[in-house]
Amino acid sequence: MRRLWFMLLALLLAGAAQAYEIRDDTGFVTTFDTPPARVVSVLPSLTETVCALGACARLVGVDRYSNWPPEVKKLPQLGGGLDPNVEAIAALRPDVVLTATSSRAGVRLRALGLKVVQLEPKSGADMRRVVTTLGRLLQVGGAEQLLRGIEAGVQAAAQALPPAARGQRVYFEVSPAPHAAGRASFIGELLDALGLVNIIGPEQGPFPRINPEGVARAAPDFIMASRNSLAEMARRPGWSNLPALREGHVCAFDGDERDIMVRPGPRMAEAARLIARCVAGQLAPGAKAGGAGGGGKP
Amino acid sequence: VSATAWSANAVPAGSGHARAAWLGAALLALGVLGLLLGASVGSTGLGSVFQARHDPVAWQIVWDIRLPRTLGAWLAGALLGLAGAVAQGLFRNPLADPYLLGSASGAALAMALAFAVLGVSGLVAGGSGAALAQAASPWLARLGLTGAAFVGALAGVLLTLVLAQGVQQTMRLLLAGVVVGYVLGAVRDLVQLAQPDVLQAMQGFTLGITGFIGWGACGVMAAMLAPLLLAAWLLARVLDALTLGEATAQSLGLPLAPLRALLIAVLALATGTAVAQTGLIGFVGLVAPHLVRGLARSTHGPLLVLSALAGGLLLMAADIAARVLIAPQELPVGVLTAVLGGVYLLWLMKRR
Repeated sequence: MRRLWFMLLALLLAGAAQAYEIRDDTGFVTTFDTPPARVVSVLPSLTETVCALGACARLVGVDRYSNWPPEVKKLPQLGGGLDPNVEAIAALRPDVVLTATSSRAGVRLRALGLKVVQLEPKSGADMRRVVTTLGRLLQVGGAEQLLRGIEAGVQAAAQALPPAARGQRVYFEVSPAPHAAGRASFIGELLDALGLVNIIGPEQGPFPRINPEGVARAAPDFIMASRNSLAEMARRPGWSNLPALREGHVCAFDGDERDIMVRPGPRMAEAARLIARCVAGQLAPGAKAGGAGGGGKP
Repeated sequence: VSATAWSANAVPAGSGHARAAWLGAALLALGVLGLLLGASVGSTGLGSVFQARHDPVAWQIVWDIRLPRTLGAWLAGALLGLAGAVAQGLFRNPLADPYLLGSASGAALAMALAFAVLGVSGLVAGGSGAALAQAASPWLARLGLTGAAFVGALAGVLLTLVLAQGVQQTMRLLLAGVVVGYVLGAVRDLVQLAQPDVLQAMQGFTLGITGFIGWGACGVMAAMLAPLLLAAWLLARVLDALTLGEATAQSLGLPLAPLRALLIAVLALATGTAVAQTGLIGFVGLVAPHLVRGLARSTHGPLLVLSALAGGLLLMAADIAARVLIAPQELPVGVLTAVLGGVYLLWLMKRR
């Protein structure tokens, strides 16, 4: 009898030792007894991180915007991050649902008894925290290694830039409203890491809506934006004379490249490479000048 | 307008009431049918219903997801239908809708402010502090969001009343409502400009979503709908009198000012409750009374109740359609009601 009790106690202790807690970005603590085997992600950057950590096979469903790596496109689509399909998620019986902190669905999903971890990677620091958190959540080892790889990739991209690129002043447009990428944003940090100078001051926040006049006055050396925005930029009042536009010092990013730029995830190094390749290409002696576009892909 | 209303009043009570009763019974029956249909459609299809008895997940899908969201859509639609009928009676204007007095813009601004002040993440967790998030059950978190929208809706209406200097003059109320709508909308734009994160979080609210309604939300809406329907029924005679013109209504000896204030309270509470749970769903409140008037002419008592029933049925049907049309994906229900409502009004216009 005594022995039985001991065995029970040992079992309990073993169970308690295995259980672990995950505190998400909203401060909510969730306890896991075993590493989640069925994962739903309704935020593209979290999908990418799960896959980069080597746990892509554990994903059972994603949101309609998750498109990388390509194999996640075969998974069931569960609506968008803001309007996820609650029923479809519940039907998949996930062990954990990963959402953005801004999604209202978290509350509803928790009420249904699902485990929800809400994360919001916005800056580089957020990205590192999210990678670490997801590594712990999934109980996989590669988080440190992944972060080191990203860091090394960004540094390599910076070193690949010619010395002339240092201090080039850049305007990065994220939407034609126009909203710029400020220094506090993920893209802004990337520009910093590459030794480029953002014309948007640090006081303006992550994605300020800017006065087009300010860009005309700042006369940036480089303009980076989506292909569509760049096509109509010269028509904005006062912008036709911008040196960057006249000399063709522009980086046009297509849809897929833009996804890489705006998602603070494991492809940060790739984003750095895309920017570096464009800038280096434009600054190389004998580079074709005068044409808009053609930046992202040499 | 008053002439037709007068003739409606003159209809022998028997036939008009009988028709209204039939219509009410039909709407209720369709509502029950819709509830059953709503429990059986969704992204996992009909299979969930058959498996519900031995599969806990299928049971959860039917009982905890489909039923509350279908019933919730009905309740929110009923609140909007009631509010729409009250608004149209109060302003004697067939184009009046529940959002007329600034409730929508008030609710939206309150949501945006709450997001901005507490931070998108903080509010979702149920408060700014992690400790609070820990203490708070998901219930309280839900209350934080819906509470803000509800208070905002009421504040919007109150602001309209203040600007209109009371409830006495219809034209003033309408104009003040327009002013409040625009000004609060502009303030919301400013908040969203300052914090683009808020814009993203707001999108779900302005689209109108029924997919997140649980039993708790159903309880809140039912608890509001029942007394509001009763109050509206009791106040219906005021609306009947108002159809004859304000002067006539006054001469009937009705204390117009307090009664009007009560009706506006019904309007504001009904709209605020619905908006807080589902976001801004358009056209249901506008169309439901028209639908009822087209099917049965009656005094305002039955009209108000029937409008609630029709509004509930409309939003419930839209919720089901939103799930079926592009299954297994889902449409935002607000988009659907706008399209359906718009087509119906157009048809109504062509027919006249």
